[in-house]
Amino acid sequence: MTGTTPLLSLRGVTRTFGGLTAVDHIDLDLGQGELVSIIGPNGAGKTTLFNLVTGLDRPDGGEVRLGGQVITGFAPEKLANYGVARTFQLGRVFGNLSVMDNVLIGAHARLKAVKPAVPLIGPLLELGLALLRPSSVKAEEERLREEVRAILARFGERLLPRIDQPAYSLSYANRRRVEIARALALKPRLLLLDEPTAGMNPTETAEMQALISELKAEGLTILLIEHKLDMVMRLSDRVVVMDEGKKIAEGAGEEVRNDRKVIEAYLGHGLSPATSDEREPAA
Amino acid sequence: MSSWLDYTINGLIVGNVYALVAVGLALIFGVSRLINFAQGSIYLVGAYVGWVAVVQLRTPLVVTVILVAAVAALVGLIIERFGLRPLQNSVRIAPLLATIGISFVLDQLVMLTFSPNPRALPSQLPDVRFQIGTGTIGPLDLLIAGVGITSALLLFVFLRYTKLGWAVRATAQDRDAAMQMGVDVNRVNQTVFGIAAALGGVSGMLVGMYYNQIDTAMSLQATLKGVVAEVVGGAGNVPGAVVGSMLLGLVESYGVAAFGTSYRNLFAFLLLIVVLVLRPNGLFASARQAPPEPLTGTFIAPSRPVRLPRWALAIAVGAFALLPLLPVSAYVLQTLINAWLLGMLALSLTLVAGTVGQVSLGHAALLAIGAYTSALLSLRLAVPVGIAIICGGLMSAALGTLLISPSFRLRGHYVSIATLAIGEIVSLVILNWESVTNGPIGLSGIPPLSLFGYELTSASSVYWFSFAVMVLLALLQARLLTSHLGRSFRAIRDDDVAARAYGLGLNRYKALAFIFGGFAAGVSGGIAAHLYSYINHETFNTQQSILALTVVILGGLGNVAGAILGSVALVGLPEAFRIAAEYRILIYGIVLLLLVRFRPQGLLGTI
Repeated sequence: MTGTTPLLSLRGVTRTFGGLTAVDHIDLDLGQGELVSIIGPNGAGKTTLFNLVTGLDRPDGGEVRLGGQVITGFAPEKLANYGVARTFQLGRVFGNLSVMDNVLIGAHARLKAVKPAVPLIGPLLELGLALLRPSSVKAEEERLREEVRAILARFGERLLPRIDQPAYSLSYANRRRVEIARALALKPRLLLLDEPTAGMNPTETAEMQALISELKAEGLTILLIEHKLDMVMRLSDRVVVMDEGKKIAEGAGEEVRNDRKVIEAYLGHGLSPATSDEREPAA
Repeated sequence: MSSWLDYTINGLIVGNVYALVAVGLALIFGVSRLINFAQGSIYLVGAYVGWVAVVQLRTPLVVTVILVAAVAALVGLIIERFGLRPLQNSVRIAPLLATIGISFVLDQLVMLTFSPNPRALPSQLPDVRFQIGTGTIGPLDLLIAGVGITSALLLFVFLRYTKLGWAVRATAQDRDAAMQMGVDVNRVNQTVFGIAAALGGVSGMLVGMYYNQIDTAMSLQATLKGVVAEVVGGAGNVPGAVVGSMLLGLVESYGVAAFGTSYRNLFAFLLLIVVLVLRPNGLFASARQAPPEPLTGTFIAPSRPVRLPRWALAIAVGAFALLPLLPVSAYVLQTLINAWLLGMLALSLTLVAGTVGQVSLGHAALLAIGAYTSALLSLRLAVPVGIAIICGGLMSAALGTLLISPSFRLRGHYVSIATLAIGEIVSLVILNWESVTNGPIGLSGIPPLSLFGYELTSASSVYWFSFAVMVLLALLQARLLTSHLGRSFRAIRDDDVAARAYGLGLNRYKALAFIFGGFAAGVSGGIAAHLYSYINHETFNTQQSILALTVVILGGLGNVAGAILGSVALVGLPEAFRIAAEYRILIYGIVLLLLVRFRPQGLLGTI
């Protein structure tokens, strides 16, 4: 971690549902350009934590800061303007929109010409500009379309040939790719990926891993939820382990994977590390 | 004060009646996450079965109650089996539309069988009043209270102590888990629809006896009141529905005491809007719910729209534009003028319901706002008709959007309820705001259509005018759909959670859609006002809202060309086949049902 202000900083973030504390006083710092993974058994509170950071849910306590600024409980639409992009665990593409339109929605927060920052009558101007479409608006739209093609090209031949197809017609893996493409179109400062390889086969997983690795190399700050430990170990600068809403371990991949508490959380008590880690030789 | 106690008793008795409807709605919502818009129709059926039993068969009271419950339950079972079960794996909008269609079919069947004239439904009970403190209570009040309490007890015992009751509760909690544990969900649904229908039917009969009058307009009112009570108590919450009903009964009763009978419904709908805005999960829901489940792309039927080539559209527009030059009768032109006016409304609704996914059931209110604005401006301020119509459109856009804005945070069925209520509120305000709207007398002598000082007197000039306005609105809307707003609207419809995560504020974009759509509907209403020269609070009613919805589904949700094609088909075909007016709504209802079942994407496909 760098010495400057962390890009994302969580202090004591807590969320309870009735009697259940889904997220329990989580502290977390994410430096500029870092990739931190959150792992933990199902129900550990990882996705709830994502929801708290991205404004889909409000914390009952604690503070979330982005680049030093408090963003606790900001609405998701506002956070998009701050450069926070996320993908969803179960996949949320816009089924009836084409691949192109799905990814263009990702760039929505960056629209300038068609969304003049005028108070009060801004929305009406937006309606007027959408109908009249002066050259500035057309140029912006064309530029974004080019950008979308460039983003889709990062997925090889997976999405480009299907650019005009509706998202509901895509395979599951391609829908996950569209989600990531949509997130990239936001030009995010912070990217949150919720199980980006869930349901993917080994080849597809390897491709996704390569892409995330590229994004990291380009300097993007990434918070990743992932169950595939092999991938987590290869990509992450640090790994945070959650169980029952609490952070039970944090550190470099190797430290964490040999932590007794982590093994217990995953496998239950009384199991030795030797029998637990079958992926060891691969690393 | 004796009257205060009387109003309280009256409120609780009426609340009891609402509870019978609301409990059924809550049960159905619990197991199938569906607001059954046909509940009021079953209530209507109950009232008329009661009338047949009492007046024609002269059955004793106990037999009447059992007969009504049995027939109503049978209707409920039929609705479940043939109307809703085939749609189980369908898109979310399908069962919602199906219950709306079923309700119209049932209402029309009752109306065709018994005629729309009100009938007296005697209560078969002695007409005495007992003094309680300072108020009085009659045997019918006691009967209603008795039926309400008995039903609640029976329901409680059923849900708590029988195996099927457990299955109902399990299904309500987690349908999938219940199925995995071997619960026959179809049987549960059937049971629930049967019980809900029996309660609804008895409620209709009791209300008929209470007011000693039944008519076919009862249905919509009952649905609205039941839904209000249910939503106030928290959708799917059975005890909540009872409390919500009592609260509704009391609010109405005290409201009537304070302001007069004509405001009764206004209080009911204001209560609904307040609850929806402040506590959308009902009064008894826990403060915050977990974030909703993803429902990606399942709201409307996925389909690839039929791409009509531009030249074909141009030819069609040209052909219709030249039609008045051919030797066609004024009757044909008049029919098509109606189609163009409906087309403008359908354009508006297809944007709101199809493109943004806000299934509005009160869209006729936008017509009314436009019509009254335009008519009043030209009548009172002598504004030229052309400008008045544009002002009507702008007023519909502004006021309509403002009125509908409380529902922007709602989803799915709740939007439909809220818009239905808002539509009723507009109609009630028009009825009661006599100093401006002339109340029930309506506005007459509205100046005829004119443009730049020239009166459009001939049928062909009116035809050209309305056709040109509709084509212009359609072109604008088509252009809107190809802009960033088009994809933004559709994104909100497909997944509002993901849309928000990418910076689409729901209020802003839903408002823009309603502003654009409100303008088209307002213009349509404005033209209609000058064309009819007389309007009142009933000119633009729920039937038109439903007709527009059928048109929109027929053409394909969100589909601009489809909206116009649907209007021509639904206005033109009944004329062509000379179908009598009273059968038309029945046919619209059946068309809606068939479409939902067999071609949910409509003729030209959803966009």
